[in-house]
Amino acid sequence: MKPRKRTYLFLSVVALLSLFPFYYSIVVASHDNSVLGQVPPPLTLGGNLMNNLERAFGEDVHMVQGLINSLLASSVITFSQVFFATLAGFAFAKLKWRGKNAVLLFIIATMMVPTQLAVIPLFILMSNYELVGTLPAVIIPFLVSAFGVFFMTQYLTTAVPTELIEAARADGCTTIRIFWHVVLPAARPAAAVLGILTFLSAWNEFFWPLVVMNAENPTVQTVLSNLSSGRVADVSLILTGATIAIVPLIIVFSLLGKHIIGGIMQGAVKS
Amino acid sequence: MFRHKLYRLDLKASPYLYVAPFFVLFLAVGMFPLVYTAWVSMHDWTLVEESHTWIGFTNYTELLKDEYFWNALSNTLQILVLSSVPQLLMAIGLAHILNMRLKGSTFWRMSVLLPNITSVVAVAIIFGQLFGRDFGLINWVLGLFDLGHIDWRTGEASSVFAISVMINWRWTGYNALIYLAAMQAVPKDLYDAASLDGATSFQQLRRITIPAIRPTIIFTVIVSTIGGMQVLAEPLVFGVGSMTGGADRQFQTIALYLYELGFSRFDFGYASAAAWMMFVIILIAAGVNYLFTRRMRGAE
Repeated sequence: MKPRKRTYLFLSVVALLSLFPFYYSIVVASHDNSVLGQVPPPLTLGGNLMNNLERAFGEDVHMVQGLINSLLASSVITFSQVFFATLAGFAFAKLKWRGKNAVLLFIIATMMVPTQLAVIPLFILMSNYELVGTLPAVIIPFLVSAFGVFFMTQYLTTAVPTELIEAARADGCTTIRIFWHVVLPAARPAAAVLGILTFLSAWNEFFWPLVVMNAENPTVQTVLSNLSSGRVADVSLILTGATIAIVPLIIVFSLLGKHIIGGIMQGAVKS
Repeated sequence: MFRHKLYRLDLKASPYLYVAPFFVLFLAVGMFPLVYTAWVSMHDWTLVEESHTWIGFTNYTELLKDEYFWNALSNTLQILVLSSVPQLLMAIGLAHILNMRLKGSTFWRMSVLLPNITSVVAVAIIFGQLFGRDFGLINWVLGLFDLGHIDWRTGEASSVFAISVMINWRWTGYNALIYLAAMQAVPKDLYDAASLDGATSFQQLRRITIPAIRPTIIFTVIVSTIGGMQVLAEPLVFGVGSMTGGADRQFQTIALYLYELGFSRFDFGYASAAAWMMFVIILIAAGVNYLFTRRMRGAE
């Protein structure tokens, strides 16, 4: 079907609706609070952004600590999930072993289990090991994911020809060498996509950090929620915080958006 | 001989070695908590007490008599319906449009996905501002058309609506891309034939596309049901950090109630029972929706 002019008009409206909340967040972040009570509300940028940014990076907000913690935690989680998923995905997709299908099915089934189910026991465990309020507490529960294994298994099943592995074996290659020289290079595109998706979801993770971290040692998301639930509604400061949390994501998205879309659509067809 | 034995060992043991690191971690941080939650839920277990008495299913029977639990369940189901139904319908329409031969297709796809990649907390903060009573943009726009001045957070219907808007905004584009992926697998000549027969775009969507992508529709219905039952950040941030979801619990969801039980009352036993109950309800809701969507196929 060929699109008509009004199709583009409609899509432009959709794009505006997608963008507007972000724009509005920056608008509010660029004003001081006195302007926000005006009628009509401000819809264009003001000149107070620098001042608000200074306040948002002030010591009592712990924004810097939050950004560092989120960056560290998300990076470790991403590396760990992608690595273990590739290793396990290889075994599920290409190696023969007893119970393989049953185990894979079991792992996929656990993707239905809500995260909230694990929060209380994890909190008890973390307090037993005196990890509450420390960075490892937000990392450990996310070191592996069922989704990652599912994703890599699906990809490697078709991306690496079984004949290639058999040929390598006939040449006397050990399994670890096959993994290193055949599977890893082939897995790279999928690993990149899985890495982006994992990083985004680790960065945006909210409930568990909220439970286990505190105001002095937060992640970005808990900085935001602490800001927004403050006693005095300092709206321009709150929305400045939201803007700070969003901007890195928008930059990542504008650079890698094509791959993110590819990953989501690829996962959809195969599932 | 020795080399041959090594080779056999490599072939036999390697798969287990490669799955083991994942599986050990998975059992420790993924599976163990499930079992442990069930164990805790059978006890009178609070944060402060040293000893925990076994009380069997008492927490569960208490929960079934708990009006706050039923209130939270009812709010959750309302949000679920108000968010997933429009979300999926809009997503199908949007995917249908994105499936046309568009100029700049990557740009349009990126613009619909943008809401999904951002943090849910930031989204809830921004929408909380838009839905403000006195200075919110939405009330200002409504005022321009003389449509009144709504105190979004106070009423049950209005707050449930506002929360659903956030969820719809965040997930419509994501689902549209999932549908788009499925639609691209539908053979193009089906559409060409229909066009020759004079079928409109909407008729093609109903007669060809939707039947062809039904498995994907079932998949998204289940996924959004599971997600919708776990809504927590939106009501928490919308209520300015209130764990009760407003003064009268008018928008407290099950996940939020669980949070209140566990980390405001620190009643771990009771909260664990609520967590398992929530899991069972998710399974029921997903199952019902699965059967419902499948029946729709039978009806055609």
